[in-house]
Amino acid sequence: MCILENKLAFAGMVIIAMLVILALFAPLLAPHDPYVQSLGQSLIGPCRDYPFGTDEFGRCVLSRIIYGTRISLVIGLGVTTMSTIIGVVLGMVAGFHNGRLDEIIMRVVDVFLAFPGLILALVVAGLLGPGTLNVVIALTVVGWMGYARVIRGAVLAEKEKEYIGAVQTFGAGDCYIMLRHLLPNVMTPIVVMASAGVGYVILAAAGLSFLGLGAEPPAPVWGAMLNYGKAYLQSAPHLTIFPGLAIMITVLAFNFLGDGLRDQLDPRMKNLHFR
Amino acid sequence: MAHYILKRSGLLIIVVFGVTIATFVLMNMAPGDQAEMVAIARYGLENLTADEIENIRISEGLDAPVWVQYFHWLSHIAQGDFGHSLVTGDPVSQEIIARIPATLLLSITSLVFSLLIAIPAGVISAVKHNSFVDHGVRIGAMLGATIPNFWLALLLILLFSVTWDWFPVFGYGTASHIVLPAVTLGAGMAAVTTRLIRAGMLEVLKQDYIISARAHGISEKRVIFRHALKNAFIPVITVIGMQLGHLLEGTVIVESIFAWPGLGKLLVDSIYARDYAVIQACVLLFAVFFVLINLLVDLLYVILDPRIRYDRGAG
Repeated sequence: MCILENKLAFAGMVIIAMLVILALFAPLLAPHDPYVQSLGQSLIGPCRDYPFGTDEFGRCVLSRIIYGTRISLVIGLGVTTMSTIIGVVLGMVAGFHNGRLDEIIMRVVDVFLAFPGLILALVVAGLLGPGTLNVVIALTVVGWMGYARVIRGAVLAEKEKEYIGAVQTFGAGDCYIMLRHLLPNVMTPIVVMASAGVGYVILAAAGLSFLGLGAEPPAPVWGAMLNYGKAYLQSAPHLTIFPGLAIMITVLAFNFLGDGLRDQLDPRMKNLHFR
Repeated sequence: MAHYILKRSGLLIIVVFGVTIATFVLMNMAPGDQAEMVAIARYGLENLTADEIENIRISEGLDAPVWVQYFHWLSHIAQGDFGHSLVTGDPVSQEIIARIPATLLLSITSLVFSLLIAIPAGVISAVKHNSFVDHGVRIGAMLGATIPNFWLALLLILLFSVTWDWFPVFGYGTASHIVLPAVTLGAGMAAVTTRLIRAGMLEVLKQDYIISARAHGISEKRVIFRHALKNAFIPVITVIGMQLGHLLEGTVIVESIFAWPGLGKLLVDSIYARDYAVIQACVLLFAVFFVLINLLVDLLYVILDPRIRYDRGAG
């Protein structure tokens, strides 16, 4: 059994690899400068010079989408990394020391889960003001609870196993046990969750920037491109079609990878869908 | 069961209390001087004076310590008074009540739309397992579950308003106004429900009682709809409940695109205007809806499927 046998997961990995290459080598791969305006060439449909057309300022849409992979991937990976770290720390502490601390942490999780995630992110991003970092903060605020819950559950089950008792009789400290013994054994569900999670984060970030909350205007952000493009739906539909396609393909790729990893690493979770 | 309801209700109170604190902390963590922002919203940036800012600070109670402001706010919302909009000056509760019907109408229409798509698609897909139709439904469901709703909305407008002129681009009032927003909002939900019905039907159709029903010579139609679908539907109901929460999230974006005058649009507009009183009230309301829906879903699950017991074990 190998992840390569799973066609969809393989397709997901190939697409993600391509996105990473686009992001890393954007200056080499983009046909034009994504910021340079040439008003004489605004709203041109797809043609040989501009494969995805130009926007209202005459900027190359393809180049802006290529540069946009940078922001999307940074947000997706940044939020997922931070959410995972917060979730793992709180989940491990809650699961390991069940009792008062567990009760408090899990009630905090309950309160955060009580907010519909996107709405809370919207409010946090709206109050913090524009900027990529603020989007990362907003989506981390709403993203860590799932990881904390899953880790806590896994730790609760794992710490009852005999080897943990054995390590304890050797006099190992709590921190040592958590980091050295529990963490490696509860990583599987986290890896699965995080890989699909990147896709959801990118989707949510696109939604926020579509609503005008995110990186500031000249930045090539996919969601914002859709937002500005919608005014030209009639005359320049390519402004709506291509950035949306970019978002959808990226989200699909991470979902495929997440599903594939789930089937490979943990067949018991086959029927679980994270949202 | 009674114990479980009591426990969950207790949790509900803790959660709602926590939500009020979280909401309030959020508003106070926001950078910038609230009084100054209100003044800018009311009088504009040009004719702004320090006196006006101080007047607003005192009249809005923004000069008191934070915890005083919190209890002041809490005691008022306990009486149903959410304060007044910092921008328009109207009572927030009045504004919110005026917006609820539009959101409710949109949510219910989307839900009905999603079921009208999902039930036939899921059943056909399971009955014709591994056929051409089944693959088509599965691909459709996968695309429907991942397509960003704001993009779907724009594509629908492009196709049905701009190109064919069948439905209005945005607005509220007539039946044709609701079609595109409801389809946008219902598509993702239809995709998830279709998958579940398909999986549930496949599982149920393998059961002995289905074979026995067929052996009795009961018509295939009756076997599928009376015996199979009914049992495949239990998990679907709970997921529909969970989806209702996500539907609430979706209304924020969909209402903004289609200028649908509901709570979601109110929230987005008040975020743009930094109208703190309205933001607070909306967030609180969304959170309470969300918690209540989840509670109802859990209770419904216990009632529908008596094998499930929440009393045992740690929740």
